[in-house]
Amino acid sequence: MTFDLDRAWRVDTRVSMRPEPFGALLYHFGTRRLSFLKNQRVLAVVRSLADHPSARAACLASGVSEAELPAYARALAALADSNMITERTVHDSRP
Amino acid sequence: MTLAPEIPPASTPAPGKLTDLFQLGLDAPICLTWELTYACNLSCVHCLSSSGRRDPRELTTDECKAVIDTLERMQVFYVNIGGGEPTVRPDFWELVDYATAHHVGVKFSTNGVKLDAAAAARLAASDYVDVQISLDGATAEVNDAVRGPGSYATAIRAMANLHAAAFRGFKLSVVMTRQNIPQIDEFKAIADRYGAQLRLTRLRPSGRGADVWDELHPLPEQQRELYDWLVAHGEEVLTGDSFFHLSAFGSALPGLNLCGAGRVVCLIDPVGDVYACPFAIHENFLAGNVRETGGFATVWKTSSLFQDLRKPDTGGACKSCGFYDSCRGGCMAAKFFTGLPLDGPDPECVRGYGESALASVSSSSAVTPKPSVDHSHRTSPSRPRSSAGSSSGPVPVTIAVRRPPTHDCDESPLAGFTA
Amino acid sequence: MAEHESETEALTSDELLVEEVSIDGMCGVY
Repeated sequence: MTFDLDRAWRVDTRVSMRPEPFGALLYHFGTRRLSFLKNQRVLAVVRSLADHPSARAACLASGVSEAELPAYARALAALADSNMITERTVHDSRP
Repeated sequence: MTLAPEIPPASTPAPGKLTDLFQLGLDAPICLTWELTYACNLSCVHCLSSSGRRDPRELTTDECKAVIDTLERMQVFYVNIGGGEPTVRPDFWELVDYATAHHVGVKFSTNGVKLDAAAAARLAASDYVDVQISLDGATAEVNDAVRGPGSYATAIRAMANLHAAAFRGFKLSVVMTRQNIPQIDEFKAIADRYGAQLRLTRLRPSGRGADVWDELHPLPEQQRELYDWLVAHGEEVLTGDSFFHLSAFGSALPGLNLCGAGRVVCLIDPVGDVYACPFAIHENFLAGNVRETGGFATVWKTSSLFQDLRKPDTGGACKSCGFYDSCRGGCMAAKFFTGLPLDGPDPECVRGYGESALASVSSSSAVTPKPSVDHSHRTSPSRPRSSAGSSSGPVPVTIAVRRPPTHDCDESPLAGFTA
Repeated sequence: MAEHESETEALTSDELLVEEVSIDGMCGVY
């Protein structure tokens, strides 16, 4: 799966996010899928997606290094694949 | 807005896998079962909560709302509401609306008695309420033998109402038994007919289930048949995450194959008692009561029962079995109510270890545990109080003992239906 | 029991940051 880091993303409106000591749990009310974010940094990235013009910008702003970007892109790809995050369209308003 | 990079805590290790995180217990449940009332219009022979008569001490509307407020604070994702029959509570809709308004999703289980067209329309209009209709036979003959006369018709009518209201994807939930496993394809056809998703769940020797376990639990070859069918249907069919003991047949079934009792899920019963799971309504699995100081949150976080359940699981007698990683020793409640030790095989262990374990139990003088809570209707057939797995006399017949025909005609909802 | 990994700043290319599963109530709805 190829994830476009240079597009704008946000958490799906049907997703509930719950911080945990080690990261976070995301539950999608439509698909019944549960996702486990395994550290605080990936949680910070996901939470901030809607505030940045691109996923890449969200990653860098959360302290992800260039070397780590591919791992984070894979993580975001998995979340996109299960509809936890979706691309922002022109008509999306800020949450 | 830019965020400062998070500095990870220096010494706290993160669990490597989701299963490890769940075994150790979460700060809040992911979801939980909430039995709203012990009252029920039916008297299903296998009822896990031995329901029928309301308990005079049931939580008031305000107490229920306080529980919902707690669940919201804890960010519990959703509640599985059941009973008894939850819709017979006069405040049922008020509580459902309160929960969804407070960010707690609702899935409720019903026999369909109150699901008229108006109720169906109301449900179809809500995004955060899901409904599950219980049915235990693809024909009235098989179903009503377990759930009582007229219950099949009630369920079908409810499904027809939901379908007519354009509610797609509600659940048709079946408890798999020796009698209905031959009808498995017909259950799928009924679900398809009404735009529902099929859900097959495991019978446990819990509540009144203990009395009919010997006759109703699947035979070994039926377990294999069920496993193969589930694998063939993949994620299209739900299982309530209740068949992970079958994973020892081969590749694991979809879902998180482990017992979540007291770790990621639990039960709140109609009088506010908190149990590890809805199939373990027994004082050994009672963690506390929501009416105590600190309410549900305190029970979840501090009860000694739950802390015990959250200790790492070393496998016990199953440790040397190559399939332990996929089956995790099966169902705690199934072991408990058949008198088996909790650190050994499941009574229905597909590798056969359960059978030998049960043989030792019945040859010993130990008495298997009985449910301590019984709200059965007084007019139900009297329960012989024989325990599951024992070799005492036959249970009074309230179920069909002969193999049901697999191609019914007049009573089948499929008459005239073409795929 | 599976090993625990310490939280570190640098990630290996093999490390998965996200794990997912479909659940159906974990015996919660009957």
